[in-house]
Amino acid sequence: MNTASAARVPFEPWNDPKAKPYIRIVNVTKTFGDFVAVDNMNLDIYQREFFSLLGPSGCGKTTLLRMLAGFERPTSGRIELDGVDMSTVPPYERPVNMMFQSYALFPHMTVEENIAFGLRQDGVPKEERNRRVEEMLTLVQLTKFGKRKPHQLSGGQRQRVALARSLVKKPKMLLLDEPLGALDKKLREQTQFELMNIQEQVGITFVIVTHDQEEAMTVSSRIAVMNHGRIAQVATPTEIYEYPNSRYVAEFIGDVNVFEGRLSDVAPDHVVITSAEAGTQVYVDRGTSAALGATVWVAVRPEKLDVSLTAPEQPDFNCVKGTVWDIGYLGNLTIYHVRLADGKKVTAAVANRTRLRDRPITWNDEVYLSWAADSAVVLVS
Amino acid sequence: MTKGLTKINLVALTFGFAFLYVPILILVFFSFNESRLVNVWGGFSVKWYGELFQNEDLLQAAWISLLLAAAASTLSVILGTVAGFVMARFTSFRGRTLFSGMIYAPLVMPEVITGLSLLLLFVSIDWGRGLGTMIIAHTSFCMSYVAVVVQSRLVSFDRSIEEAAQDLGATPFKTFFVITLPVIAPALVSGWLLSFTLSLDNVVITSFTSGPGWDTLPVKIFSAVKLGVKPEINALSTIMIAIVAIGVVTASIVQKRAMVERQRAERMAAAAND
Repeated sequence: MNTASAARVPFEPWNDPKAKPYIRIVNVTKTFGDFVAVDNMNLDIYQREFFSLLGPSGCGKTTLLRMLAGFERPTSGRIELDGVDMSTVPPYERPVNMMFQSYALFPHMTVEENIAFGLRQDGVPKEERNRRVEEMLTLVQLTKFGKRKPHQLSGGQRQRVALARSLVKKPKMLLLDEPLGALDKKLREQTQFELMNIQEQVGITFVIVTHDQEEAMTVSSRIAVMNHGRIAQVATPTEIYEYPNSRYVAEFIGDVNVFEGRLSDVAPDHVVITSAEAGTQVYVDRGTSAALGATVWVAVRPEKLDVSLTAPEQPDFNCVKGTVWDIGYLGNLTIYHVRLADGKKVTAAVANRTRLRDRPITWNDEVYLSWAADSAVVLVS
Repeated sequence: MTKGLTKINLVALTFGFAFLYVPILILVFFSFNESRLVNVWGGFSVKWYGELFQNEDLLQAAWISLLLAAAASTLSVILGTVAGFVMARFTSFRGRTLFSGMIYAPLVMPEVITGLSLLLLFVSIDWGRGLGTMIIAHTSFCMSYVAVVVQSRLVSFDRSIEEAAQDLGATPFKTFFVITLPVIAPALVSGWLLSFTLSLDNVVITSFTSGPGWDTLPVKIFSAVKLGVKPEINALSTIMIAIVAIGVVTASIVQKRAMVERQRAERMAAAAND
């Protein structure tokens, strides 16, 4: 196969009706006493995906991951991996490995022994074991540290040992539980890219649990946003950010301004919402499933807003007027908190593309916030 | 703010240490006494030590004591680990409170009662008293200490390393032996040492459960003292103090070394990370 042309084909097996899901979560429910941790969940994950389970703590994402690993049994439903029902297979017989949040390195073993542990359990002969351990140490750039004990390593090095240990058996699926949670911000960002490169190199399906939306956006092929044991939305990072399907998803991923309104015009290619809260009519160039007159919400991301001291050309649509209440200068961006006439606060983020502005907007200035017809999203729930 | 000793602190410290150690020092001092009289100084001599090693009776008792302590503490570590494991891991089963209460009870049970009840048990099942009954009796109170030590170790144990082992293909049974046990080994060692010392100096329970010809060292000393304190006993006690002191000091040096080594390694890792 020609790799150059293959690279141009987007990796989107979820859009291919012929593609067979690699991991199927079918009607899975998990309860602990009265608490429903995972509620009748259905999810398909494809081979070689980097799939994120994203949600606040207590949303059931870790429980789902532990069910995939085999540490928890579903109360009902089934989990299939590569066509085989895994529901009753114990963790030590699953072709699945996990990287733990605490790394869970064996403290009494050296780095090499830690990595070799899984191969030892499978009775891999010594020469092959050594070769594969060496291979893994090279992959995670720890060749010089093989003889050290975990407590002699820094946090970042431990994280890489944990990754090597969980990859050495070449599992069909690698589960990662908040893999970068213990690292500081700079190291975390760097490690995200390393993780993506390693995933591409080894070609293993990764399922990662995280509460960090930036991390999920960076590494994932697709993200499942979870809420109270249910999936709120499954989509690519771009879709999740640009076209969230509910207020929950819109507000969980990034910052967003939401205006309540009523559908006053519905057409297949556009809708118009009259919003008393925003004090304007909103024109959106996408259709919606809601009926005329229904109550809907319009979501606009702060960076999609244009801040101006003068009224735009079409002040009747997609434009609100308010007073600058607060300014946050972040260096690359400036955040404006603008108060509308009825007291509602709207956030706008403006990229600081030049150092000096003709006239910097300052506190108590009257400003117009406007956005394009393709920038807002209509949410029905 | 002064970190040095004030007068009052110095006095308190002196009295405290005097209270603890003067009797022992007197004992050690008189073990080197030339005179047969315990409380009259007759000049320096090590002759009682020499006589001690001629005394077959005492050497035999010392041998029994060591054998008993080693056997009882080994058995205690096995049973105590099982009990501690159950208490730490199975936190909600019917009768757990009763169970844990019953494990702790021997710690506070008067020894006379433990000894008497064991004696009654051995008599009623007609088990001839000897080393076997003493091992059982010592295990019955030592294992409680081990259970407590193991349980408290397991409470702070990171369960995810056991899960990691299973995830990598080890059965729960194998995980216990290759992961859990090695990691909690220091607790088992200290439980063993604790049991060993408890067993080594036990008099009451031993007297109830030992048979003729199976006197342990403390029992021997106890009965010998009833006939008057001989300087030989002082010498013997001094040796015991020396053994215990060497053991304790060695253990703390080893621990300290391990800690220093670890800190050095961590500093190195932190430096490598910069």
